[in-house]
Amino acid sequence: MEQILSFIAAKANYWAYVILLMVGLYAMIVKNNLVKKIVGMVIFQTAVILFYVSIGYKTGGTIPIIIYGDGHNSIIEPAAKAVDYINPLPHVLMLTAIVVGVATLGVALALAIKVYQEYGTLEEDEINKKIRA
Amino acid sequence: MIIPIDLIILVLIIISAIAAITVSDLLSSAIILGAYSFFLCLLWTVMGAVDVAFTEATVGAGVSTVFCVAAIFHTTRRTKD
Repeated sequence: MEQILSFIAAKANYWAYVILLMVGLYAMIVKNNLVKKIVGMVIFQTAVILFYVSIGYKTGGTIPIIIYGDGHNSIIEPAAKAVDYINPLPHVLMLTAIVVGVATLGVALALAIKVYQEYGTLEEDEINKKIRA
Repeated sequence: MIIPIDLIILVLIIISAIAAITVSDLLSSAIILGAYSFFLCLLWTVMGAVDVAFTEATVGAGVSTVFCVAAIFHTTRRTKD
């Protein structure tokens, strides 16, 4: 039991990533309301961002700014060993992904508003019924 | 036994994600999605990704909540699921 708990806790970020990915996919497939589907899409995107940030994380690492890099404390040499710092490359990639995600959310909500103006409802089955009629 | 803070935040993130897709009011869903983004912002700060945390707090929690609330006010807040 103790071993199982420590095994889960050691990779907790990746377990949470898988759970959030499945929650988002479930909402996108099963939910009947268009806004609920869009909320599922946002959860799916943030789960992928969580995966990428977890790749760059190091236990005991500090944020990627060089210690004493400003030369203020000139007695101590600037520590530039890459082992000491969390990898900043996934952070920069995910910064772009967040902004693209919000743009996608805006387009999706605008399309949902147009669908509501056309059919008067946001439920997918009622929209399908009105299209067939 | 000391529970690490990132585990607590991960549990809160999963709870708020499940709550956001199960509530039957779209406005509550949008607000819970904003809370979810703020918990994610806390997690990025704990994990040392401060620039991602800034962007998540302003763009993820701020702008997307405003988008969702504006879209819901233009449509309807009632839903069956």
